[in-house]
Amino acid sequence: MKGWWWKGLSVVLLLYVVIVGLRTPLGPALVHVSVERIAPGEVSFEVTGYNTHFQEHAPHLWLENDGQKLCATSVTPISDAAVSVTFTVPQGLRESMTSIRAWDVKDGPLVLHEAFFTEGRGTGITETPCAIQETARTSFAFPNRAILNETIRNLFFHVPMWFTMMVLMTISFWQSLRVLRTGDLGADRMALSAVDVSLLFAALGLITGSIWARATWGNWWTSDPKLNGAAVTVLIYAAYLILRGSIPDGHKRARLAAIYNIFAYVLMFVFIMVLPRLTDSLHPGNGGNPAFSSYDLDSSLRALFYPAVIGWILLGVWAYTLHLRVSRLKALSDDASD
Amino acid sequence: MRSILVEKFARQSLRSLRFNLFSAPSAVKLFFAFFAVRTMRSTEIAHLLKLEWQLDRRQKHAWGSMALYVVSTVYVCYQGVRHLSETPIWNALFWIILLFAAFNALGRSFQRENSGRQLYLYTLASPRSVVLARTIYNAITMAVLSLLSLAAYALFIGSAPLEGAQMGTFILVVMAGGVGFALVLTLISALAARAGNGIGLMAILGFPIVLPMLLSVMKASKLALDGMGWDVTGKYVIWLLLIDVITVVLAWLLFPYLWRD
Repeated sequence: MKGWWWKGLSVVLLLYVVIVGLRTPLGPALVHVSVERIAPGEVSFEVTGYNTHFQEHAPHLWLENDGQKLCATSVTPISDAAVSVTFTVPQGLRESMTSIRAWDVKDGPLVLHEAFFTEGRGTGITETPCAIQETARTSFAFPNRAILNETIRNLFFHVPMWFTMMVLMTISFWQSLRVLRTGDLGADRMALSAVDVSLLFAALGLITGSIWARATWGNWWTSDPKLNGAAVTVLIYAAYLILRGSIPDGHKRARLAAIYNIFAYVLMFVFIMVLPRLTDSLHPGNGGNPAFSSYDLDSSLRALFYPAVIGWILLGVWAYTLHLRVSRLKALSDDASD
Repeated sequence: MRSILVEKFARQSLRSLRFNLFSAPSAVKLFFAFFAVRTMRSTEIAHLLKLEWQLDRRQKHAWGSMALYVVSTVYVCYQGVRHLSETPIWNALFWIILLFAAFNALGRSFQRENSGRQLYLYTLASPRSVVLARTIYNAITMAVLSLLSLAAYALFIGSAPLEGAQMGTFILVVMAGGVGFALVLTLISALAARAGNGIGLMAILGFPIVLPMLLSVMKASKLALDGMGWDVTGKYVIWLLLIDVITVVLAWLLFPYLWRD
């Protein structure tokens, strides 16, 4: 069993990703306040949290406006995810939007940015210091982002699909180069197997991406450069399969398919790399959107994302070797029956 | 007179290099060998270009069919929509017409050779010269054809969107788009011809590869029609040139494998 260890590694990594990636909770966050604006005077409202522990540890709450703090006068937890709070708002808050912050021992610091419109604005208030020691949360959880919410876990499935597809297409590209150099039909079979399996991963990437787009952007398909890139990629490799199907002679088929594969692969790569930077994209890292790594890929996501990438790529290569064995056996049995 | 002497010497040194490559490779000889190869290639390409031109002049129906294809497509669209004044639709329809005109015009680029004449060409010329000559010829063809299409299109469908446009930039983008289609589709046309499956296969193979180019060129021409200057459209044209260069290099590298049988 020479060389089996990486198959085991891929299984272990993917089990880890599926179990830990789906069972780890999202971090706590403030998601909603029951009033839209605050005016000078007594203001009472309800704050809704997600995965918070307000009942266990009563939180401290304070408003923040242009760096100035205003502490709550009374805090009454209703449940773990809801708390009723009262502020005495003075005249003179500076900025038009006011944020609300909270802290408790278990959940750490929480914030809902620009939660309220401010009324009765002026040149600032006199702060009363509120005794809060802001220690960070220690529990292991994924970042809780507006819009993304629980779908952030899809990062471990959607993105590695495309990485795996790219790796398999690169294998296919390499084997196509070998076909042109040596005219080896075995290399041609490898190129074909890699394309077949990479198309499977492209389909999985499209499905997971489509579900994610529906959940976050509200649509199954949008006209986004990355989506156009994915569509072009799938069309190119479908055309590759059709080209192969239209040539009966084995050696000629190998050569022409290799030429098309090399031509298309290079152009596709240039397209996927450059075009998203020319036009706006909804994806992170394009058109002014920050990349995942700069704000979302914190240590908890990294601990799952990198194993997921390695695991999926190894699984893809494994599937490719199996597919290749099947096609070799088919070729052998065809030869035998002839 | 001097240049003839230099070329003569270069050819001689190349000949001696062929036989004595391992015995006496001096730097001078290598230098002149390169020079000789370059001059030979460019004259070869010039001859092939001339051949293409003569072939097309002899078969006048080739040019006529391209022009007729464009005009009749535009006329069919005219019957469908009469006059278009909305810029985005005007722009999109124009590029669709030009795209299919390109497929139609370039599809025959490698189809007209029968195998006997191809073998003859194969023994005469280097495959790289053949593909470069075809590419250059197709690029010139498409530059002319794109202008012709634009004229026919503006005549029938209406030139309202052109009034607020940056005309210089727009025409440049149209020609760059046409030339870009020609560069990408030349190798595809050769592939489809070799696979023996004609224009249908060419559409299937060419469409996904042309699509990225089409998207950026449509965007650039839309911007030019909206009156945006070179500072906005420039990056799309540069990106187009980047694809062009990569395409020509790939065709140059890959064509010899396609050419031999």
